[in-house]
Amino acid sequence: MNIATQIFGWLNDQLLRMTWLWESVRLLVEKVFGLSIQERLGGSIHFFIYDTIKIFILLSVLIFGISYIQSYFPPERTKKILGGIKGIRGNIVGALLGTITPFCSCSSIPIFIGFTSAGLPLGVTFSFLISSPLVDLASLLLLMSFFGAKIAVAYVVVGLVLAVIGGTLIDKLGLEEYVEGYIREIESVESSIVEMTREERISYAKEQVKAIIKRVWLYVLIGVGIGAVIHNWIPQSIIENVVGANNPFAVILATVVGIPMYADIFGTLPIAEALFKKGVGAGTILSFMMAVTALSLPSLIMLSKVVKPKLLAVFFTIVTVGIIIIGYLFNASSYFIG
Amino acid sequence: MDIKILGPGCANCSSLEKLVFNVLAELNADANVSKVTDFKEIASYGVMSTPALVIDGQVKFSGVVPSKAKMTEIITEAINRG
Repeated sequence: MNIATQIFGWLNDQLLRMTWLWESVRLLVEKVFGLSIQERLGGSIHFFIYDTIKIFILLSVLIFGISYIQSYFPPERTKKILGGIKGIRGNIVGALLGTITPFCSCSSIPIFIGFTSAGLPLGVTFSFLISSPLVDLASLLLLMSFFGAKIAVAYVVVGLVLAVIGGTLIDKLGLEEYVEGYIREIESVESSIVEMTREERISYAKEQVKAIIKRVWLYVLIGVGIGAVIHNWIPQSIIENVVGANNPFAVILATVVGIPMYADIFGTLPIAEALFKKGVGAGTILSFMMAVTALSLPSLIMLSKVVKPKLLAVFFTIVTVGIIIIGYLFNASSYFIG
Repeated sequence: MDIKILGPGCANCSSLEKLVFNVLAELNADANVSKVTDFKEIASYGVMSTPALVIDGQVKFSGVVPSKAKMTEIITEAINRG
């Protein structure tokens, strides 16, 4: 048992946390650049190089693996599965399927139209739309790598709970009339799902890796840059007063700052990591990451084409308030569980 | 033969378009190729992930840009069917 734990710990350190890379970059900074990583400049250079390489390795490997799995769950299949499930179970399955269905904000409209015209309850569609950008398999592994298993699992669980509750609330409020009229007129079409061969899945996964790296590399570099600045240049006292335990509104601030940002989890992580190392509460960090991934201006603009302002406002409010509550609950509970 | 490329204008949509023209030229086949960018119309084919390909009103695939070999197979089949 003990040996198993040790092996698991070693694998986690080497593969997910990449201690070997941390050491190599330390040697590079100290021996080649002649800077100590204890000092500001050396420390931020180390943070920048190590985080950039680590994120790109994780990104390539994870997106490949996950795209391969996702190729079995096109939205057309998700729609079919959800069609047969009633009540809150529909919301739960919708939230879960959201984690494995390929998603980007550009596909949210066809998915919304497809689900709605197939007669799926509005709440189920929203459970799916909340969980899809918020939680996926990649974010689980990434969070494990950066923050350890406890926070990673917590993030996924509360993300799913938010999706289920959010969707259920929208269902209970009976807002069907606030869906744009033309969507109801579209007839539901059963499209046949084309099965892919193994080679096609592999090439699909490769294409996904390329496309996603092309889309996010700049955000990652910006995120790592901000992270390096937070990590080494901003005094501890300022962080504590603005987003730390000294500011009771830290969670709200983190959420409000995060919402308009359009980045995915890859760009957000280095910032979150740097804040975490500075002792900012886990709840504040979770709120920030959730706000960045779940809500963004482009996705709200997209959604505004299919739903009327009132429904959009309800969706926005539920998700925002939910994220803030999650943040405060986490910060409060971390005083008890450490 | 009537070929429609469904997609709101993402990068993959234009690479699918190129692929279609490529294969058509290689097979020396003639087709009426058009693009569908309107969400309403895309949805009317039951497609939820783009890009998608429709030949003679039938959805061939969605959410992927297939390999050239696969594309050649699909178009050849459509030609043979008349």
